[in-house]
Amino acid sequence: MSEFSQQTAPALVRIRGLSFRRDTRAIFDNVDLDIPRGKVTAIMGPSGTGKTTLLRLIGAQLRPQLGRVEIDGTDVHRLSRRDLYVLRRRIGMLFQSGALFTDLSVFENVAFPLREHYRLPERLVRTLVLMKLEAVGLRGARELMPAELSGGMARRVALARAIALDPLLMMYDEPFTGQDPISMGVLVKLIRTLNDALGMTSVVVSHDVAEACSIADYVYLISGGKVVAHGTPAELGRADSPWVDQFMHGLADGPVPFHYPARDYAADLLEDGPNT
Amino acid sequence: MNALASLGRRTLDILARMGRATFCLLQILSGLHSVLIRPRLIVAQMYSVGVLSLPIILVSGLFVGMVLGLQGYTTLVDFGAAESLGTVVALSLVRELGPVVAALLYAGRAGSALTAEIGLMKATEQLAGMEMMAVDPVRRVLGPRFVAGVFAVPLLAAIFTAVGILGGYLVGVGLLGVDDGAYWSQMQAKVQWGKDILNGVVLKSVIFGVVANWIAVFEGYDAVPTSAGIGRATTRSVVNTSLAVLGLDFILTALLFGGIR
Amino acid sequence: MSTSRIVETLVGLFVALGIVALFFLSLQVSGISQLGGERSYRIYARFENVGGLKVRSPVSMAGVRIGRVGAISIDPQTFQALVELRIDSQFADLPVDTSAKILTSGLLGEQYVGLEAGGADAVLKDGSTLKLTQSALVLENIIGQFLFSKAAEGSGSNAAPAAKP
Ligand SMILES: Nc1ncnc2c1ncn2[C@@H]1O[C@H](COP(=O)(O)OP(=O)(O)O)[C@@H](O)[C@H]1O
Ligand SMILES: [Mg+2]
Repeated sequence: MSEFSQQTAPALVRIRGLSFRRDTRAIFDNVDLDIPRGKVTAIMGPSGTGKTTLLRLIGAQLRPQLGRVEIDGTDVHRLSRRDLYVLRRRIGMLFQSGALFTDLSVFENVAFPLREHYRLPERLVRTLVLMKLEAVGLRGARELMPAELSGGMARRVALARAIALDPLLMMYDEPFTGQDPISMGVLVKLIRTLNDALGMTSVVVSHDVAEACSIADYVYLISGGKVVAHGTPAELGRADSPWVDQFMHGLADGPVPFHYPARDYAADLLEDGPNT
Repeated sequence: MNALASLGRRTLDILARMGRATFCLLQILSGLHSVLIRPRLIVAQMYSVGVLSLPIILVSGLFVGMVLGLQGYTTLVDFGAAESLGTVVALSLVRELGPVVAALLYAGRAGSALTAEIGLMKATEQLAGMEMMAVDPVRRVLGPRFVAGVFAVPLLAAIFTAVGILGGYLVGVGLLGVDDGAYWSQMQAKVQWGKDILNGVVLKSVIFGVVANWIAVFEGYDAVPTSAGIGRATTRSVVNTSLAVLGLDFILTALLFGGIR
Repeated sequence: MSTSRIVETLVGLFVALGIVALFFLSLQVSGISQLGGERSYRIYARFENVGGLKVRSPVSMAGVRIGRVGAISIDPQTFQALVELRIDSQFADLPVDTSAKILTSGLLGEQYVGLEAGGADAVLKDGSTLKLTQSALVLENIIGQFLFSKAAEGSGSNAAPAAKP
């Protein structure tokens, strides 16, 4: 029964006809994309394709030139400022850099969203913060300052902060980059357990094929401003598109060129550049 | 042709920046009530912009006053009017040097730090992170800093002026032998409470405080989020504040103390 | 906890310092306390010319400041300057034949009212008027008189009393 309703339930995030340009460069061109409720969806693609930009469009920090982004049925870019801020309380985002407040301790960082939005007694704040820190395994590090944390710890603190308000939708921007294998494993496990235990919907942006595929229920591959493939990890692994094959198996050259577009190499070297 | 085009583009850039600055100020002002109900945030910022600026304000005030005492004395003594030293020192400080120099020192000591701090928060995505946590960074970060700064500048200017007058006393009366009573009584005879103290120290420095803090927080918020961008924003913050303070001072002096009809 | 307490205390100190500075500027520098309701009594003096005398200029006797000029106006009948002097109450019992002069401290210094006590037994009361006054020395007039007297001397020694230049 519940299995059935989950499959037919409308997607939590529906993106339709999304086009976004920076200056004259098109980052997205008529993109359609659905994030199913209660699942972990991975969005993969080479760096610079606009994965971070996509998350910011979903969070309405950026506004598209065309198209719409609906979260739970409401078009986020049509909301008034006040309603947008109300909606954002239900969205958690883990930034690539962690974005911890450097002048607040670990404890205060996690307490920040609670203190800003609710007038809670100090005891309750403490309990909630310790619960979130316990979930990421850093209850013992609460007195440290962000500068004293390792990269992996900082990201976990940021994760604890992002889930402080028990969001409906959790977005992770490249959670695995720059992590050692152990903390990578910890993060993979955390994302999965948080998703299932708290009943969240998760979006994981990554170019780490193996890790992303290991936790994702569904995968979107984007490149050149378009969705080039989507499906379950198993489906994509079997895909016969050369592009998908190259990306999924990490081949250096293929349909996605290794080189940024440039003119002929020899001609470039022979010319006396103005800078030399 | 090309030069004309780039001049035009630069002009448009400046106009757009002024527009963004105005919008930023309006946003800060519209969120003022949510700042004022959280005095704790303001107190924390008063510490970094006010208390930490005290040493430079005290030392500079003392030296400026001592120089005024020395220089005023050597000029006045030729006319046998050394008793007027108190008047000269006090009027210079109260009307001009107190508010102006305090604002310039503030821009260098606290304004630049505000700009760099906010710019770095932007570069490290702390501001974007706050937005995603449904917290408005203009109200939460810019607001308290702006309010604290606007409170701090007049206090710093008053302290600077008072210490300067004592510095002039130290040199004039202590070293050069101007009469103690004359120093104060001549000063009291010429310095008026409403015109000089209120218009000079208080009104001028409140206006300078608004301008200096507005520029400082805006430049940080508007900085290009790279290390070079923050560097440029910090420089612009100090330069623009200094120019604005000096330019405004001329206008205010003309308006408040006359001379130009 | 304790660091935030220290911060609060220091900020409090800073604000207090600023307020003290403002008070200092108000009271000691602008001398607002010396004007107004402070216990003092008024006497009046008429002068032909007050020169550069200003409201709040000092009033002194034997070099000691005993009050301030409270107001300067024109007497509509005599067209003389009417100067209100506010004398501190502690300097009561000035004789009625006290005289007032407008003096200058130094060559170009500011002008003040100098009082000289007389010998009478009766004393000035609040609102009395001084009889004996001497106006300010106006530099232009002095130079004019000096030149005139020189010219007169010169013509006198030439023994031509009838001649008029
Ligand atoms: N603030 C910005 N201004 C201009 N261009 C930007 C900005 N941020 C990102 N871009 C450009 O948009 C493209 C997509 O960026 P991003 O979304 O960060 O890529 P990804 O996260 O997939 O690596 C990049 O090519 C980048 O050059
Ligand atoms: Mg990215």
